[in-house]
Amino acid sequence: MSVDLATVRRIAHLARISVSEAEAPYLQSEINAILSFVEELSAVDVEGVEPMTSVLPMRMKKRADEITDGFIPEKVLANAPAREDGFFVVPKVIE
Amino acid sequence: MTDLTRLTLAEARDKLAAREISAVELNQCFVDAIARATSLNAFIVETPEKALAQARASDEKIAKGEARPLEGIPLGIKDLYATEGVQTTAASHILEGFIPPYESAVTANLWRDGATMLGKLNLDEFAMGSSNETSYFGPVVSPWRRKAADGRISDAKIVPGGSSGGSAAAVAARLCLGATATDTGGSIRQPAAFTGTVGIKPTYGRCSRWGVVAFASSLDQAGPIAKTVRDAAILLRSMAGHDPRDTTSVDVPVPDYEQAVDASIRGKVIGIPREYRLDGLSEEIVALWEQGIAWLREAGAEIRDISLPHTRHALPAYYIVAPAEASSNLARYDGVRYGLRRTGKDIADLYEKTRAEGFGKEVRRRIMIGTYVLSAGYYDAYYLRAQKIRTLIKRDFDLAYASGVDAILTPATPSPAFALGEKGSADPVEMYLNDVFTVTVNMAGLPGLVVPGGLSADGLPLGLQLIGRPFEEETLFSLGQALERAAPAILLPESWWH
Amino acid sequence: MNTQAPPSKLIAGATGDWEVVIGLEIHAQVTSKSKLFSGASTEFGGAPNSHVSLVDAAMPGMLPVINAECVAQAIRTGLGLKAQINLRSVFDRKNYFYPDLPQGYQISQYKDPIVGEGVVLVDLSPTEQISVGVERLHLEQDAGKSLHDLGANDSHVDLNRSGVALMEIVSRPDMRSGEEARAYVTKLRTILRYLGTCDGNMEQGSLRADVNVSVRRLGESLGTRCEIKNVNSIRFIGQAIDVEARRQIGILEDGGKIAQETRLYDPAKGETRSMRSKEEAHDYRYFPDPDLLPLEFEQAYVDELASHLPELPDEKKARFVAQYGLSPYDAGVLVLERASADYFEEAAKGRDAKLVANWVINELFGRLNKEGRNIETSPVSAVQIGGIVDLIASNVISGKLAKDLFEIVWTEGGDPAQIVETRGMRQVTDSTAIEKAVDEIIAANPDKVAQALAKPTMLGWFVGQVMKGTGGKANPQAVNEILKSKLGI
Ligand SMILES: [Mg+2]
Ligand SMILES: [Zn+2]
Repeated sequence: MSVDLATVRRIAHLARISVSEAEAPYLQSEINAILSFVEELSAVDVEGVEPMTSVLPMRMKKRADEITDGFIPEKVLANAPAREDGFFVVPKVIE
Repeated sequence: MTDLTRLTLAEARDKLAAREISAVELNQCFVDAIARATSLNAFIVETPEKALAQARASDEKIAKGEARPLEGIPLGIKDLYATEGVQTTAASHILEGFIPPYESAVTANLWRDGATMLGKLNLDEFAMGSSNETSYFGPVVSPWRRKAADGRISDAKIVPGGSSGGSAAAVAARLCLGATATDTGGSIRQPAAFTGTVGIKPTYGRCSRWGVVAFASSLDQAGPIAKTVRDAAILLRSMAGHDPRDTTSVDVPVPDYEQAVDASIRGKVIGIPREYRLDGLSEEIVALWEQGIAWLREAGAEIRDISLPHTRHALPAYYIVAPAEASSNLARYDGVRYGLRRTGKDIADLYEKTRAEGFGKEVRRRIMIGTYVLSAGYYDAYYLRAQKIRTLIKRDFDLAYASGVDAILTPATPSPAFALGEKGSADPVEMYLNDVFTVTVNMAGLPGLVVPGGLSADGLPLGLQLIGRPFEEETLFSLGQALERAAPAILLPESWWH
Repeated sequence: MNTQAPPSKLIAGATGDWEVVIGLEIHAQVTSKSKLFSGASTEFGGAPNSHVSLVDAAMPGMLPVINAECVAQAIRTGLGLKAQINLRSVFDRKNYFYPDLPQGYQISQYKDPIVGEGVVLVDLSPTEQISVGVERLHLEQDAGKSLHDLGANDSHVDLNRSGVALMEIVSRPDMRSGEEARAYVTKLRTILRYLGTCDGNMEQGSLRADVNVSVRRLGESLGTRCEIKNVNSIRFIGQAIDVEARRQIGILEDGGKIAQETRLYDPAKGETRSMRSKEEAHDYRYFPDPDLLPLEFEQAYVDELASHLPELPDEKKARFVAQYGLSPYDAGVLVLERASADYFEEAAKGRDAKLVANWVINELFGRLNKEGRNIETSPVSAVQIGGIVDLIASNVISGKLAKDLFEIVWTEGGDPAQIVETRGMRQVTDSTAIEKAVDEIIAANPDKVAQALAKPTMLGWFVGQVMKGTGGKANPQAVNEILKSKLGI
């Protein structure tokens, strides 16, 4: 499988990374190089094989329902590029 | 005065305990060495005041007879570990200036045990790379240099490997007694091999991932890079342990790994996987491997040929699984709550500009690949299939171990280190092939140890890799020690970087 | 299920009848102290970004750890919906960018939800019940909140809700009118509240509905649907459906086509409108969250939870009918809220349950409704209403006096029996006292006596006079009989 330029743009938008006109063809060829590298996998017989969900046989541990965190707005906001009155601030989002 | 930077971690520990040296004295030596070694670009941030303050506290502890396992030992921390109050960037522009208000579980364990922090080590951006050339803060240069046939040392800059290139270079250049590193596809073991140091990627779940910037969650694992097998064992004991904040961390007691270092390997069964004899593998790598086999046999191990038939699919499958997870893990870098923000005409524009500028080329490329393989219509063909192949890869190992094999010996890398800019500029896959021997271990969640085995024809280190059973790092340390004892001492060229 | 609507449910268009097909996705906030994957509080409100952990803010290197109680709550809910409980389920990441989604993905369950198919029985009237299929229930994280009106050019983001556990309950398209949808949500909310797994508070957003609406001619296959997002009251659900169905019928009858899209209901304007911002083609790139192992538990754990489940409204209603002889309608009203049912049972203990039911439903609920109060804050306790009923049953007071007594208890409180004593409200059943009163009235009104003899309906006038003369305390039946014999009619 290989991708065309339109697909490169669509993926870039899905990933929210702007790609310039000049960059796109290079990116396309690099992505296609990687896709052709992984192409051989399509020939592997995976009939009846379970996809891996955990490399080790273990159960997910759960925590008790207790309030053990939060109440640290200063820490939460400390690195914010823009903040106001305890909120993060972003350009207006139109609903 | 003797150069304290030449001590191993174990030696320094013993001298501190015997009060032959002070922690402040020891740390000052490293602080000075780092200040002189800026040409290696191994550190992104240096924290000499912190190291010395911690060292003073250590000296007090030692004086009171309350020394902890790593009391006063100066370490470098890969800049993928969150360190409270100290900039943590993952070597990315997008996190430049980020000061975590929290400390990673692994580094917290090290400070608990008395270690000191010299600074934050350079790496490939978001741990994506095999040469440390993708860092936003510039490439790390290896202290190693090529030697021509006539014995002349070339001044071409050599890569330290990646992504833990800063960790490997700093340990090799004696800028710290040990370093934290992380390994997603070989990022501890390949740079260790390239710099003549020892690196272990423990079993998945052995160290907490809490507070380590995520690359590919199902593959990422923390581990140390050190000068010797013993040093690596000492460090891993402090780094490892169960953490309820990481659901994938395992609640299994941490053994005293250092004790395992001196254990006999007599009767251990060592598997030699035939699939690792790749076509076109260089003769010196084949010779190194044979040598390693001979050393283990001489030390009393039994050598057995084994087959791991799905080996060749591991690297392609890795280049689906890792970018897919990364594309999602790196979605949080959006310019809203921390890190770089580039303003745009609306929120979508802000995202796209921030991420285009904040991520380097390799990271953008992997996010794109990962996004593509997860996108509608491609998930089954790529991601799901790759995870099934992972099951097959793991099964290969399970069968080998079930047949009585204790560990597996392979080369660490298909070649010695190369010069900066020499690989991967035209074709990203060329660079990816560096991980061909290491990546299977991550895909199966197993422990892998790399120790130096010798030098290449051009005078660069070559490493051997030992792959163990899950949670049997002790076996790896015993075997690694046997190799280390047998192998010739790897001597770093005299310091040129001061 | 493709059940057809009875003719009464059809909407008459200009060109014939249309059937509305409705499916609902309910987001119900799980009742828990802390969030689904972090230890931060779920409490409503609070200063912005105060109920937020570093995990909720998606700081680098932070990891989710699941809250066991949220899992238990989802299982309890599944049991309450008579649904399949899956002993193994998987958390997936749903990837998209939005400022109030810190991770850049929502942890949800996609292919393998914790709860599979179930059913909700919905009473539309005493004689009409429909059964609405539940397709699945899964656990997921709530997003934060973006406020768009605090600044002229910017939006403000508060992550307090980020990571709060939600149960998304997806129904089958089994409803055929706004009324059915309303009744379904009401019933679902009743079940959740009985189970204690969601408080059902729609004003605070604990229960939100996404409504899928399509229309078709009878017998045709399903039409193109529109999703009306985030309808936040049961009343609006009905309105939104009616309005949206009309809109779709209008388009189709004009020869147009329905565009599958996400819409918003505007209650002020009484219309739905397209949410253009949500129209961008989505590709959520679901994949299993590699930070979380599959969620697994034993059947024994499910059985344990099941053994502690409270009696649910359907079972309780059936028991009320069987045990107390109530009409299905009365039983249905009483079990609507667990607190009401408990109140009734406490009051009915050892009494004429039908009489108690009457008093609870007609007097108490009527009064509570009028005052906008609920059973938890009722000024009249079950013990008090039981006391009133006792006084009626033992003929101490008449029905009419009982209403006065109820009023006193409501406003002033106190023990009903004591109030009757101290205020002399005791009903007069002593016939000599009544005879005396009757004699006085007859003696004073000879003209009326003559009239009554000619026209026996005049008797009522005499009854009224006697009651007046005894301060309403005479037993009305005794008055009647004595009057009849004295007047000779
Ligand atoms: Mg939904
Ligand atoms: Zn949902």
